[in-house]
Amino acid sequence: MSFVWEWLTNPAYWQGSDGIWVRLAEHLGYAAITLVVAAAIGIPLGLWIGHTGRGRLAVVNLANGVRSVPTLGLLFVAVLVLGPLLAGDIAFLVPAIFVLVVLAVPPILAGAYAGIESVDPSARDAARGMGMSSWQVLWRVEVPCALPLIFSGLRSSTLQVIATATLTASISLGGLGRFLIDGQAYRDYGQMAGGAVLVAALAMAVDLVFAVVQRIAVSPGLVPVRTSRRSARTRLVPNPA
Amino acid sequence: MMKKKLAFGVAIAAALVLSACSSGNPLGSTSPNPSGASATSITVGSANFPENELLADIYAGALTAKGVTVTKKLNIASRETYVPALKNGEIDLIPEYTGAFSKYLNPDADISTEAAALASLKAALPDTLTALEPASAQDKDSITVTRATATQYNLTTIDDLVPVAKDLVLGGPPEWKNRSYGVPGLKKTYGLSFKDFKALDTAGPLTVQALKNGQVQAANLFTTDPAIKANDFVSLTDTKSFFGAQNVIPVLTKTKATPEVTAALNAVSAKLDTDTLATLVTKVVVDKQDAATVASDWLKANGLS
Amino acid sequence: MKWFVGHLGQVGDLLVTHALLAVIPLIIGVVLAIPLGWLAHRFRWLRTPLVVSTGLLYTIPSLALFILMPLVLGTGILDPLNVVIALTVYTVALLVRTVADGLASVPDEVIQAATAMGVGGVRRFFTVDLPLAVPVIAAGLRVAAVSNVSIVSVAALLGIAQLGSLFTDGFARNFLDPIVVGIVACMLLALVLDLVILVGSRLLTPWTRSGAAA
Repeated sequence: MSFVWEWLTNPAYWQGSDGIWVRLAEHLGYAAITLVVAAAIGIPLGLWIGHTGRGRLAVVNLANGVRSVPTLGLLFVAVLVLGPLLAGDIAFLVPAIFVLVVLAVPPILAGAYAGIESVDPSARDAARGMGMSSWQVLWRVEVPCALPLIFSGLRSSTLQVIATATLTASISLGGLGRFLIDGQAYRDYGQMAGGAVLVAALAMAVDLVFAVVQRIAVSPGLVPVRTSRRSARTRLVPNPA
Repeated sequence: MMKKKLAFGVAIAAALVLSACSSGNPLGSTSPNPSGASATSITVGSANFPENELLADIYAGALTAKGVTVTKKLNIASRETYVPALKNGEIDLIPEYTGAFSKYLNPDADISTEAAALASLKAALPDTLTALEPASAQDKDSITVTRATATQYNLTTIDDLVPVAKDLVLGGPPEWKNRSYGVPGLKKTYGLSFKDFKALDTAGPLTVQALKNGQVQAANLFTTDPAIKANDFVSLTDTKSFFGAQNVIPVLTKTKATPEVTAALNAVSAKLDTDTLATLVTKVVVDKQDAATVASDWLKANGLS
Repeated sequence: MKWFVGHLGQVGDLLVTHALLAVIPLIIGVVLAIPLGWLAHRFRWLRTPLVVSTGLLYTIPSLALFILMPLVLGTGILDPLNVVIALTVYTVALLVRTVADGLASVPDEVIQAATAMGVGGVRRFFTVDLPLAVPVIAAGLRVAAVSNVSIVSVAALLGIAQLGSLFTDGFARNFLDPIVVGIVACMLLALVLDLVILVGSRLLTPWTRSGAAA
């Protein structure tokens, strides 16, 4: 497998408009746009469901349903349907982001909802007893307590989006997937394997950043109960792309 | 059918257990597939675009009619993938194009005329493979632009692009970026340097859309593509014969080229001209008919099955 | 719909191949994951490396794994084995952690009771620990089944025929019908596998239905 190392360590492959740095930046860009959009949809919705207890069944079914949608098929449908409606470079970017958002929302939603639901009912009652309004209970008690699981959802989504964003290269987008698709097209194993290594490394690095942010953001007083955290993790594992 | 699939499953399971790690680069292996030694069974492959799949279906139908057992493995990415599969015996037969395949095997091949392209191909083919009679049908790659771009820059030939290419983005299949038959070759032959190259698909819907919506100003489309007419695109004249002659030709493993197989495939080539091919492709791509149905209808109409 | 009716046979064949390519790795994956999960459960220090490597394996894009398999295995480029083994890797990656979690979910008092009754070692593992871990393992298996069905379709980019071939074929011809049929068939297959595992898990663990604590 030395060819992988040779590809990764050749400075020529890191430079230029189609070099590794640019592809990394594009990849991160797609992931960032996707996560911002997905979080903007998933977190409020998850909080609402967790807080009110409404639509729980719908969410579980939606999350399972979306998980079973084959990404490649959805991507092709999105391009064929949305592509002709758009002009310029966004013609393929928008369908790709759409598909990634569809994938990214369910884990975020499930994390937010499960987080709120896992809040100790006695803490909620105590807050109500202190005369907090429903909003205050949500923002001052439920959300801080739910943060570990909200982060868990965000992190699963992130892993999934970073891995899946490689498929968007098959519809001509940039990002690290280019090395896989182009490497396949001209049978350059070093480039393909190198690209795969970079995707894995990027996913790990981003996850590490999230872990640090989580440690800072989550109140040290919140040590999640071991068993519940575990079962939540099992539920939120991402699909490989 | 169920039985066959079950057998396939069992075979996978068995192979997993046995999974002999015959290490090394699978692409370098040239040993023929031991299980397919009989000349009366042929595995037909195809590249990943509809016309090539259609041609593979035509070959498959013609062979089946002559009593040959045919397995189809279609839609195998680009030459970079299916040629190794052809060499190691995973597939036995593939529809090819004289010029493009010559250039793939030998970047310096002369493909300027039909005769030259055929001679180049025969000279460049590996020992284990053979090319039969070419059809008169040709499907060439092209540099195609929109009518608006053609008018704006006054383009009719590829030479006309030379002074303006620095402002234009070229789109094509990913392998064009490095192929002598793609960007580097265009630069060498025409002195063309585009502003950028955008990897799209193999002259498929991405390429058509990207050309239409202005992501690229020039793109590789096949001359048989109905989208050219439908969108009023302009394919620029290839004055230097860079894309050369591109007759459709069956390429197969030598050991499979029995007299009956050769006769069946040559009979197909004899009937296949460019207009016919374009009409058949239109049926598949525009009218959304199945390639296999279009193939068998055509074979029947021409007394080939 | 019209397209679907006219292509029942073709879709059926692709569906069967797709199901095999998704299910075989699942079965092999379970068989491999049980001993590995046991190791992770039994030896605490093994757990972290196993969990971390799991995370790593999951981030390898499937397309890369499919194409690189021939290099590792010496298989042909079009060999369905590449897909089967790549998916087995994902399945094992997911299930090792699940099996370890499942074994950890077995209550201590049950294990102590079994030991006190003279049931120990391998026998206890297969008659007590493993059956009690079934619900948790089944939950992981359902996730793996559903994601396998989705990943198999990516192999169409390499010319390995299954439902994903409907995506590439439809896309190349700018034709939505086959793509939509392929998506629906994939989702139905995932749903069926999910139900089969769910029902199988219930049948294997009759005590969970009576409501009695295990």
